Amino acid sequence: MTDTILVPPRHTAPVRFTRAQLEWLPWLEPLAVDEMTEHHRASLVDAARLRSPYFRLLARDPDALEARTRTDKDIFYNPDAGLPRAERELAAAATSRSNGCIYCASVHSRHAATYSKREADVQRLLDDGVGADLGERWNAIVAASVALTATPIAFGPEHVDRLRRAGLDELAISDVIHAAAFFNWANRLMLSLGEPAASAEA
Amino acid sequence: MTMPATDVDVIDALLGIAPGSLLDAIRARRPEARTQAQATYRALFAPDVPGNVTTQERFAVGAFVAGLHGDAAIVAFYSNGLGASGASVKLREAVDAAVASATAHGPYGHYPAGPLSREDVAGPAFRVRPEPRSALGPRLAAAFEHVHMLVFHPRDATPDALKSLLDGGWSTTDVVTLSQIVAFLSFQIRVVVGLRTLAGNV
Repeated sequence: MTDTILVPPRHTAPVRFTRAQLEWLPWLEPLAVDEMTEHHRASLVDAARLRSPYFRLLARDPDALEARTRTDKDIFYNPDAGLPRAERELAAAATSRSNGCIYCASVHSRHAATYSKREADVQRLLDDGVGADLGERWNAIVAASVALTATPIAFGPEHVDRLRRAGLDELAISDVIHAAAFFNWANRLMLSLGEPAASAEA
Repeated sequence: MTMPATDVDVIDALLGIAPGSLLDAIRARRPEARTQAQATYRALFAPDVPGNVTTQERFAVGAFVAGLHGDAAIVAFYSNGLGASGASVKLREAVDAAVASATAHGPYGHYPAGPLSREDVAGPAFRVRPEPRSALGPRLAAAFEHVHMLVFHPRDATPDALKSLLDGGWSTTDVVTLSQIVAFLSFQIRVVVGLRTLAGNV
């Protein structure tokens, strides 16, 4: 029963990057709520994620999911200095734009716009891509994220220097590195285990 | 070199982080990310409950992913892990041969047909050659073809790619674990390369 490919219901696939709310439809069977053990449920960390097919699918490997989620939260939400939240989200959005993850880019461009209040610049990143001119500080963060996203990795001393010149200290640069690195993790799961769909009410 | 014990922080070890160093201080500011990145490593490479994916398969995939990224210290770590898992010389050579025939530059791939099609970037879809295929066996051969896509062109992911894994003997839960291994390593390798660059220890 579980080992088949799911055929998503009829839906509208987004064909451009957007800040709109999207859904995500799994290609593999998530755990059913009533077959989840306490271990599975604890791995979601946030009880609200029980509604998410993405997290119920990842809960098939609960220890990996729980550690993934706790890593994610500290990289993006730890308020102790470093890079402002808006720019951690910018690095996540730029990484997702570079890898081509329309779903991840939608979530994190919304966050970047919310925390920075720079909706037009965030939208330019989505519309024009990672070469958009967003002002030097954001350009430096985007360029560093894109270089980190390349395989083999293209991040070098010139990216560190540019971030320093843009006013980032060592902890902030480390936050850029972690945010971009983390979205190289997240993008690969989102892109390969299911697909985005325009929200029914959109 | 032997594998560090599983309680040794792998990112710290790969970076040679000494107590009191700049990188030690930076990592200490995001303590949960540090701890949970290591917890993810443990969940994926030394799990409490191994499930259907053997330690040898986990390290074979790890060595392949590390090889595709080409960072010598990380390649050595996962290749040694593969050796320590009891892999035969023939299997280890097959992994090296697969890496040698699989190098590329990512991210490339296609978007859903529409305005983003002008950003499509063509690139190779990897197929394991006959000789390493026999040493890898059908399960790892199917995995490596999928892994190459996840590493270099994740936006080309399709349900058919997952079908190939199911056909290759991977269960739905195994696919989640395999996907997490590749996605997590995409993170871990970027943190190591990024922080090493930040510390100027290139």
